Amino acid sequence: MSIVEHLPALQVAVPLLAAPLCAMMIRPSIAWPFAVLASWITFAISVALMDQVLTHGTIVYNMGGWSPPWGISYVIDPLNALLLLLVSGMAAIIMPGVRLGIGVEVTFRAQRLFFTVALLSLTGMLGIVITGDAFNLYVFLEISSLSSYALVAMGADRRASKAAFNYLIQGTIGATFILIGIGLVYMMTGTLNMADMADRLTDLHGSATIQAAFAFILVGAGIKFAMFPAHAWMPNAYTYAPSLVSAFFGATATKVGAYILIRFIYNVFGAEFAFDEMHVGWVLIPLGLAGAFVGSLVAIWQDDLKRMLAYSSVAQIGYVAAAIGLGNHDGLIAAIVHVFNHGLMKGALFLVMACVILRLGKADMTSFRGLGKRMPVTMGCFVVAGLSMIGVPFTVGFISKWYLILGALDAGMWPVAVLIVMSSLLSIIYIWRVVEVAYFSDPPDDVKVQEAPAMLLVPTLILTVLCIAFGVATKITVGVAGLAATSLGVYP
Amino acid sequence: MSEVLTYITEHAVQWGAVILLMLGLYIVMTRGNLIKKVIGLNIFQTAVFLLYISIGYVLDGAAPIVLEGAERYSNPLPHVLILTAIVVSVATTSLALALIVRIQEAYGSIEEDEILEHGET
Amino acid sequence: MMPLPDPGWLAAIAIGIPLVGVVGILMTRRWPDVREGISLAAGSVLFCTVITIAMAMDAGETVHLELARPLTGITIALTVDSLGLLFALVASFLWIVTTVYAIGYMRGHHEKNQTRFFTFFAVAIACAMGIAFSGNMLTLFVFYEALTISTFPLVTHAGTPEARKAGRTYLGILLGTSIGFQMIAIIGTYALTGTLDFREGGILEGNVSHGVAGVLLLLYVYGVGKAALMPFHRWLPAAMVAPTPVSALLHAVAVVKAGVFTVLKVATFIFGFELLQELSVTQVLQWIAAFTIIAASLVAMTKDNLKARLAYSTVSQLSYIILAALLANEAGFLGGGLHIATHAAGKITLFFCAGAILVAAHKTEISDLDGLGRVMPFTFAAFLIGSLSIIGLPPFGGLWSKWLILDGALAADRLFLVGVLLVSTLLNIAYLLPIPFRAFFRPLPEGAPAERHEAPVSCLAAIGVTCLCCLLLFLFPDPAINLLERTFIGAGAP
Repeated sequence: MSIVEHLPALQVAVPLLAAPLCAMMIRPSIAWPFAVLASWITFAISVALMDQVLTHGTIVYNMGGWSPPWGISYVIDPLNALLLLLVSGMAAIIMPGVRLGIGVEVTFRAQRLFFTVALLSLTGMLGIVITGDAFNLYVFLEISSLSSYALVAMGADRRASKAAFNYLIQGTIGATFILIGIGLVYMMTGTLNMADMADRLTDLHGSATIQAAFAFILVGAGIKFAMFPAHAWMPNAYTYAPSLVSAFFGATATKVGAYILIRFIYNVFGAEFAFDEMHVGWVLIPLGLAGAFVGSLVAIWQDDLKRMLAYSSVAQIGYVAAAIGLGNHDGLIAAIVHVFNHGLMKGALFLVMACVILRLGKADMTSFRGLGKRMPVTMGCFVVAGLSMIGVPFTVGFISKWYLILGALDAGMWPVAVLIVMSSLLSIIYIWRVVEVAYFSDPPDDVKVQEAPAMLLVPTLILTVLCIAFGVATKITVGVAGLAATSLGVYP
Repeated sequence: MSEVLTYITEHAVQWGAVILLMLGLYIVMTRGNLIKKVIGLNIFQTAVFLLYISIGYVLDGAAPIVLEGAERYSNPLPHVLILTAIVVSVATTSLALALIVRIQEAYGSIEEDEILEHGET
Repeated sequence: MMPLPDPGWLAAIAIGIPLVGVVGILMTRRWPDVREGISLAAGSVLFCTVITIAMAMDAGETVHLELARPLTGITIALTVDSLGLLFALVASFLWIVTTVYAIGYMRGHHEKNQTRFFTFFAVAIACAMGIAFSGNMLTLFVFYEALTISTFPLVTHAGTPEARKAGRTYLGILLGTSIGFQMIAIIGTYALTGTLDFREGGILEGNVSHGVAGVLLLLYVYGVGKAALMPFHRWLPAAMVAPTPVSALLHAVAVVKAGVFTVLKVATFIFGFELLQELSVTQVLQWIAAFTIIAASLVAMTKDNLKARLAYSTVSQLSYIILAALLANEAGFLGGGLHIATHAAGKITLFFCAGAILVAAHKTEISDLDGLGRVMPFTFAAFLIGSLSIIGLPPFGGLWSKWLILDGALAADRLFLVGVLLVSTLLNIAYLLPIPFRAFFRPLPEGAPAERHEAPVSCLAAIGVTCLCCLLLFLFPDPAINLLERTFIGAGAP
């Protein structure tokens, strides 16, 4: 057997093994390059996996040679290949900047542990996405969650511990709900393999147990996904976490929640059950739109810009939820594409915050005064990523919105399309507020500010450029999302 | 009336799990003391363990080890699953306690209202 | 003669030239003379390129180029048709003139950040070219949004709190309407018809019910905020905080004309005349356009600030073109298209004069202009010419476009609209002519210097050229009309 066949296992094993090794390296100057290397290898593997999926179709990999139902199998179809690419790509882009970025926020002694926990969190997310076994999904979910709580708690502000604690309580409730749901499905089907579950569930429509299981998983994933109104943990966690952690989570963590929703709704339970029997569209669309409005409105009033971005995430997650709820081909493409695209934009925006915090110590409206002249590249990135958030053509935001509205119109829901557009207009306000302060206010004279260092600036620039690149060349995102939607049984 | 009774007694374990689940959730939501919240969370998770173990029960089944004369065995898989879940729960609890220690150091209190009062500054 | 490149590329080159100019401008920012030289050179090359495209079209070639394919089934493509060609000719020619003017104005007025000014100016022109040559609605939308964003730094050039507030209004209305209405309309069109191409006779015909088509028409007309149809006209007066060359070229020509150009395109090639005539919403919108014409003229009369008055006059004149588009017949289309050119020449003259008055006499209010005609006779003579052209009196170009629009209104049997246009002409006289009369016939205030003092020569040269344009458009309107007429005999149509 060649190594190529074992790529699915290596995808998770590399960061998993690298994590404890990092913990053993006392000096951060050694642990950091090691963590960077591990994340790059992980990214390379996910690129290779994407290539395999696109050429040979879905990959099924049985762990240790045990075929299901005895063993755990990893299943990689276009949907999770895209998510793997997003998660590992974000890690690979952000990890090099981590050293400088956390320098001001995390103590020297804790830095190697930071890398350890970050790699574990990466492992967990990759595991959730790649696995084809429902219980295994729960285990990886807890790995990623526990390490996320720890990462959030590493923020410099004392409120970070409180934010992490609240995140832990709500996150654990969410994960436990998913566990209950999986247990109930197991009770009825006798299998934990998701493909087998999907097979056997088709005969079980109308069962109250399955309906309860669906509800538990929906709520649990909704909490993990920070879907309005279960988003309470997110703003504090993202605000007080170290900035690079916010960047990584903002780009990936909630996206994994979206993945769980999509996988269970369309694949395990099946669209027919979810939409015709449970009417999930009537839950997801109103809540999604409400989240879009509430998130954007609250974002407008924030003074702390990391918190503003967190609320903006609540809004963007609302779009994804609504898109999932549309239940047609274009809607599902919109959901998948927006998960990917929003990852790029939010990653870029949070990295801008990291640059600003590195130079000024905080990222509130006053610290942005006059930054347009003093940190021109950083602010340039903010403007581009911000325009993308608004959904200006030639940016990724436009592509997402295009499919979202097309999906809404296709489902015959004109009012939904109108509401989506109205709420997205609110993003103009909260983005432009910052742009105005940065370019039209005079900087306070007493502070000297330089452009951010290259180690942070380059990742920011890469993500910003990707925001435009994937807005013009959409073959990877929309193309793969289309394949994913088709493979989930949702045809145009 | 008796039908309701049998319905309840037949699903006694599930009812127990549901009651524990609700108790745990109630404690998490209403208690301001962070330690009590963690205890509530533990009760909440324990309910799920109970539910899982009840799934593995097979009528007249013996413990799933090879025994002389045993004709059927209980399903061991849920037990294994729940061992993992217990480990997760222990990890969660320890992390939560560690966070509480840090909160105590930072704020000098582990009562939620006092932390809020102490200034979210 | 050199062999021409594939005509499709010419359109892309036309968009690229200003962008190349941007690089040049940025590289030579330390030497203002060289920088402005590059601006002028880019303008001249651009104009020549557009002329070349016109020649290629004349030779019967189709100018079409596919740039990208970002969404399945839709392309970013450039196609030149006669209306777009006319718009591009007007915008590129006036860019040269405005650059000449801006050199004198910006230096005479000691503006700061001149490099930023020339840079974004060039970007805005590139976007205007993109709009003119768009091959489908998505391409048009892309450039439309880019134009909004690239002109934002120009509007807020002064950086004062007032400019910031104006910038907020500008961006809020333009982005709000385009994302809020136009994008829904575009996606709706695509969902209903599966295409966004501009086709003669429209693409909606036969695909939609009249109710849906009416909603789409409303979304389109209001989605093009740049056309300044009331009640979404506030951004245009707000944008007057910008330096005068910006007001002149962008907010009398490129930006606002991009708006009405879009309306004309949508009316003719998305809806098609037949469908438009059947819709009852068309009549409602005609009423709204008529209301805007009258109301904006009335508001203009109350404004004492010269640029504000001109801005409301623009709002009113833009609705002429919207009205012309909604008449949905050939004469209306010709009139609307021609009005893009004639109003551009007239209004840019007026703005140039306003700027010249500001630079030379530091006056912005109309009530302060008493007797200035003796100090700046050339400027006020030009102002009179511009006014007459806008009013539509011979011997100036404004006559023909108004004539054609009236013709269209008669052809559509809308006598009411004929009345509106006549009333509006009277209002034009009432708010424009008092300005030069006041300057020439009222005495100078006590103690004011009475010797001749005109604006810098480059400003005057630009004003002279645009006055000449007004006259030439009266004497030789045929080339423009013939160009537009080609839309209907198939030769220039996409």
